[in-house]
Amino acid sequence: MDVKFPVDELILIAPEIILCGFGLLLLLIEVFLKTKSKSFLGILTLVSAGSALVFVLKLSSFSTDLFFGLYSLDSLGSLTKGLILVMLILVVIMSLRYVEREEVISGEYYPLLLFSTLGMMIMVSSKNLLTIFVGLELMSLSIYILVGLFRDNLKAAEASLKYFLLGAFASAFLVYGIALLYGSTGSLDIKGYLEVIAKGDTSTVLIIGVALIAVGFAFKIALVPFHMWTPDVYEGAPTSITAFMAAGVKSAAFVTFLRVFYTAFLPLIKQWGDILWLLAVITMSYANLTALVQQNIKRMLAYSSIAHAGYILVAFVTGEKILSSSIIYYLVAYTFMNVGAFSCVILMGRKGEENLDIDSYAGLSARHPFVAFCLTIFLLSLTGVPPLAGFMAKFYVFSTAIKAGYVWLAIIGVLNSVVAAYYYLRVIMYMYFRDPVKEIGRIDLSPSYILVSLICIFFLIYTGILPRELMLLAEGAVSVFF
Amino acid sequence: MVPIVFKWIVFLVASLLAIFSAIMMVTRRNPVHSALWLVVTFISLAVLYFLLNATFIAISQIIVYAGAIMMLFLFVIMLIHLEKGPEELKVLGASKIFAIVLTVLLFVEIAVGVYYYRVTTFKPGPMPLGDAKTVGFLLYTNYLFPFEIASILLLVGIVGAVMLAKRRKE
Repeated sequence: MDVKFPVDELILIAPEIILCGFGLLLLLIEVFLKTKSKSFLGILTLVSAGSALVFVLKLSSFSTDLFFGLYSLDSLGSLTKGLILVMLILVVIMSLRYVEREEVISGEYYPLLLFSTLGMMIMVSSKNLLTIFVGLELMSLSIYILVGLFRDNLKAAEASLKYFLLGAFASAFLVYGIALLYGSTGSLDIKGYLEVIAKGDTSTVLIIGVALIAVGFAFKIALVPFHMWTPDVYEGAPTSITAFMAAGVKSAAFVTFLRVFYTAFLPLIKQWGDILWLLAVITMSYANLTALVQQNIKRMLAYSSIAHAGYILVAFVTGEKILSSSIIYYLVAYTFMNVGAFSCVILMGRKGEENLDIDSYAGLSARHPFVAFCLTIFLLSLTGVPPLAGFMAKFYVFSTAIKAGYVWLAIIGVLNSVVAAYYYLRVIMYMYFRDPVKEIGRIDLSPSYILVSLICIFFLIYTGILPRELMLLAEGAVSVFF
Repeated sequence: MVPIVFKWIVFLVASLLAIFSAIMMVTRRNPVHSALWLVVTFISLAVLYFLLNATFIAISQIIVYAGAIMMLFLFVIMLIHLEKGPEELKVLGASKIFAIVLTVLLFVEIAVGVYYYRVTTFKPGPMPLGDAKTVGFLLYTNYLFPFEIASILLLVGIVGAVMLAKRRKE
């Protein structure tokens, strides 16, 4: 028994090593830092995320299996890792001011952000369910803690506990599914499943395993019967973490879901297609109708994020490999819309007073035209108004459904986005056509929020008008399914 | 060589005991009793692992679950005075009935699936698969990457525990 560990492959996981090393380093040096210089930690986090991004870009042309097939480098993984790192950078830029304002314990905040990102990156670029599961747990565990960061806030504690318990439950479903699959195929590698299924060897146990895995992922991306935690957790978490979850967790989980189902279980689409079809319809309709009556803007955005998962699922159920690039495009656009929207929500708050009810936004355009303008762009993009990226994303997703013959699903999706327009535009109406109802005090217009908002706006407009480049990238990414 | 009949008897006793103690665990009112029934479940599972030649996992099941984690459970129960158990709500609402129906359905589905399942593709490997040497060898070679990630996972767990336990600011 002599197996040599492939040391030379370590250079290919440089981005992961950088994040991990900086996470450990930050935990260590926080002890020696004076209280006043804590923003230094944020800067270091930015440096690590930036250098990891550089390495991801450098390694993006590689496509190979590493460490005995337990980890992989390919275009889908590289694009998602890039997206996740850009999202991390945006969230950290916001956090530079937010952490200071809310007096968050930054010594744990930044390392946990890094570890959570590491978990996402591992999850999206592995073809082995064992590694995927460990990555998913690393991501989730860090986020459970981050959600409960405001220990003195009852809502945050409730959110953290609820997310932790339900998340542990969902993980159990996922592991049970993986165990049943291993039992019926003897493999943990998603290519291995494909070989067994391609032989026409599908037992009931295997189908149950696939169903349980779908439940595990559906929880993480908050599809409707598994969404109960979303509004409470999004509301209770620190807003920067809400943005991180809405954009990062959802993208990472969706890409992994896509990879597992489109690589291994595509021949079984008859079995899971109809279930996901139904889930997509319920998710969109339920989330949009519930969002209509929300008075709290964070809850409204939480329901909107559930609804967006439903839209993405519309393209997912078609099982069209080449058209699944629309899913990647949607996730990228969705990330920027959400991070931008949450940065505006953060802007409106102060220490101890978050100003989350919709009345706080009344008459905002007169007092703070810039904030009102930014939020308007993000909400219009979420609605799907051209020329913003949100429109192109919805266009691609629904046209995928139509091309694949799912016309009814596309119609239900479009009807739903019409309903959704009501609650997005209502906020805009409050900002521009209502008189201020209450005094919200001086808002916290720090450069870090402005920078994030401007980057997001630029991106949304740029990719909305010139979607070609991003679409080509997305098509390159999904070429791994062939 | 152990006779196959003996193996069957051990398997039947251990698995029936595991199911029985699991049911006892969830139906007991007193949390201490529940915890003790859980120990029985863990130990019968360990016996099942032994039968499968997974000696390493059987031993760690006893040391970690039946030993360490159980101590923690009991310690917490005693610490926060849960001996009496919370007042139970005896209301059987519509959602509860719905949940029961769904759970029974899921259980029956899995049971039927497993019952009709016949091994076709998967050939079990050579027998001494689960001893400490093989497991250790695999962990430090083929599975080193997820193993290292798991170490970070544990670190995050520790950080989280410390953070939640830190004294609140007065």
